[in-house]
Amino acid sequence: MNPPRLSRRAWITTASGVVAAGLIKTQADAVRLAAQEAPLQAPDPTKVPGRFTSEVGRRATGEQPRRLARAQALSSSSQSPLQDLMGIITPADVHFERHHAGIPEIVKGSHELLVHGMVERPMVFRMADIERYPRVSRLYFIECSGNGGGAYSRDAMPTEITVQALDGLLSTSEWTGVPLATILREVGVRRGASWLLAEGSDSAMLSRSIPLEKAMDDALLAFGQNGEAIRPEQGYPMRLMLPGWEGNAQVKWLRRIEVTDRPTMTREETSKYTDPLQNGTARQFSFVMDAKSTITFPTYPYVLPDRGWWEITGLAWTGRGRITRVEVSTDGGESWADAALQGPVLPKCTVRFRHLWEWNGREAIVMSRATDETGYVQPTVQQLWEARGDQTRYHFNNQRAWKIASDGVVTFGLGDLV
Amino acid sequence: MRRALVVAGLALAACGPVPSTSSAGAVVDFADALPANAPSRFEFGAEASEARIALWDVDVKPDGEGLPLGSGTVAEGERIFQMHCIACHGPTGTEGPNDQLVGSEPWGEWPGSVTVGGYWPYATTLYDYITRAMPQLTPGILTADQKYAVIAFILNRNGIVPEDAVMNAETLPAVSMPARDRFVVDDRQGGAQVR
Ligand code: HEC
Repeated sequence: MNPPRLSRRAWITTASGVVAAGLIKTQADAVRLAAQEAPLQAPDPTKVPGRFTSEVGRRATGEQPRRLARAQALSSSSQSPLQDLMGIITPADVHFERHHAGIPEIVKGSHELLVHGMVERPMVFRMADIERYPRVSRLYFIECSGNGGGAYSRDAMPTEITVQALDGLLSTSEWTGVPLATILREVGVRRGASWLLAEGSDSAMLSRSIPLEKAMDDALLAFGQNGEAIRPEQGYPMRLMLPGWEGNAQVKWLRRIEVTDRPTMTREETSKYTDPLQNGTARQFSFVMDAKSTITFPTYPYVLPDRGWWEITGLAWTGRGRITRVEVSTDGGESWADAALQGPVLPKCTVRFRHLWEWNGREAIVMSRATDETGYVQPTVQQLWEARGDQTRYHFNNQRAWKIASDGVVTFGLGDLV
Repeated sequence: MRRALVVAGLALAACGPVPSTSSAGAVVDFADALPANAPSRFEFGAEASEARIALWDVDVKPDGEGLPLGSGTVAEGERIFQMHCIACHGPTGTEGPNDQLVGSEPWGEWPGSVTVGGYWPYATTLYDYITRAMPQLTPGILTADQKYAVIAFILNRNGIVPEDAVMNAETLPAVSMPARDRFVVDDRQGGAQVR
């Protein structure tokens, strides 16, 4: 059972009612007050006939997870509400977004995929053609490689930041599609080919060079998301899925694949999505997302109303296979305990971890760190600074920390450790 | 089988940095993706004609492959820039509100500025990108001559080509970019080391 949570809205409502009366001085007071309030009076459901069946269901009125969509711009992003989600699946309508030129309107019936370049038979496929090939369905996370940048700068460590704003460019879905290898087999890749260019059908015609090795390994042409057609925000009618790799490379609205013997050096693999290091170089084609974990509860702006038993929980993932271990610390990294991993633990997919904790009411800093099957341990921010310097712009997989004050107020706490 | 063939192909093509992804450990096995009775070809889809390919094959490679005929000067480019770009990139390419296209900071700190002059490794990327995506609200409206011209202007204001430079399919790939040799292959490989 999850602990009862006070939503942000509930807190604001409660607070606005009683702040003026001087009844609450802290957020914790507000939480205690809210807990004492009588539940909203609703008609007794055992005495009122219910609704009929309907063609499309809807969420319970009180349950409305929302993306965080701030900038109204063609090139912008929105984050998944990690604090509101359970298990590992992201409901498709709150999957995170990152678009470089908005979401195109595409009619499936007229969408085509052109596959050409170093192939025996250049071909054009309509969606009906693609969908006819033998399909697979797999659970994979997608994470934007810019995710978590808010917890990296020495000089700007936030305290009042939600896990959604910090790490919400991460979502997990069951993807259905056709292995790209099947299509490449159909067109016949020529000897000497080693890369391909994947191009989207948005008004940025977003393009990335992808090593052929990945294309032949586990890449998918995905048209299904959580059991239904992929959403326009995720690339309808079809996107490239590159399990475990940065989101930007998994080109949405895919319309063209050119098989080549070298990278094209598009803007998204030179000017952007490259990582300047402190030694005067920049890492390029840094596709794989390294192991990372993030706590989703307790996080800001939650307030623990009482000492006692609480379940610390969150998500862990790695682009290099499976997560093998997640540890949780409640003393700022002094000591660590193994968290329980909720199976099945799938490769290149998020795993839910849990750690039951008895809070003694004193200030605490809770942290998590993930280990993957290669033996890689999620580093501290100090380790990343040392390895990469301050100027790197992607792949912020360092450990996070949340501070619980003695009055139960939770804030982002990494600043206390650096 | 398929994989073995591809790996051989990779070894032959020593062109461009090839990331090491082979150490990724137990990757998803697609052995079950194609049933044993699958034909060697399904023959779904249609052959693409040369004309069909030419319609969409717009990308430009660092060696200039894909660049069309045409040319443009810095002076012409300044006019194009003022007409089509300054609303979002500023009168001199430094003011924004959107991406800074001209880097003014001196070299020393890396990266001095994440701009064409301070960071971009290839000049051809400008042609490829502008063809796809710029101007942002009306992508695709510039002719080849206009694109070469505006690129000449951007490169000149970044101090990379002289005032009398002419950009075309030959000169653009030959432009030497200050940050060209700073890009390195990703050396993260999992395991104990933090990179
Ligand atoms: C309506 C606004 C707008 C106009 C007009 C516009 N741009 Fe842009 N430009 C942008 C935005 C926004 C971006 C960043 C897009 C992204 O984040 O993917 C951008 C990015 C760029 C970049 C990449 C910058 C980098 O460092 O990665 C170049 C080059 C560029 N524009 C060139 C041009 C040129 C040349 C013109 C005129 C022909 C032009 N733009 C007109 C909005 C505009």
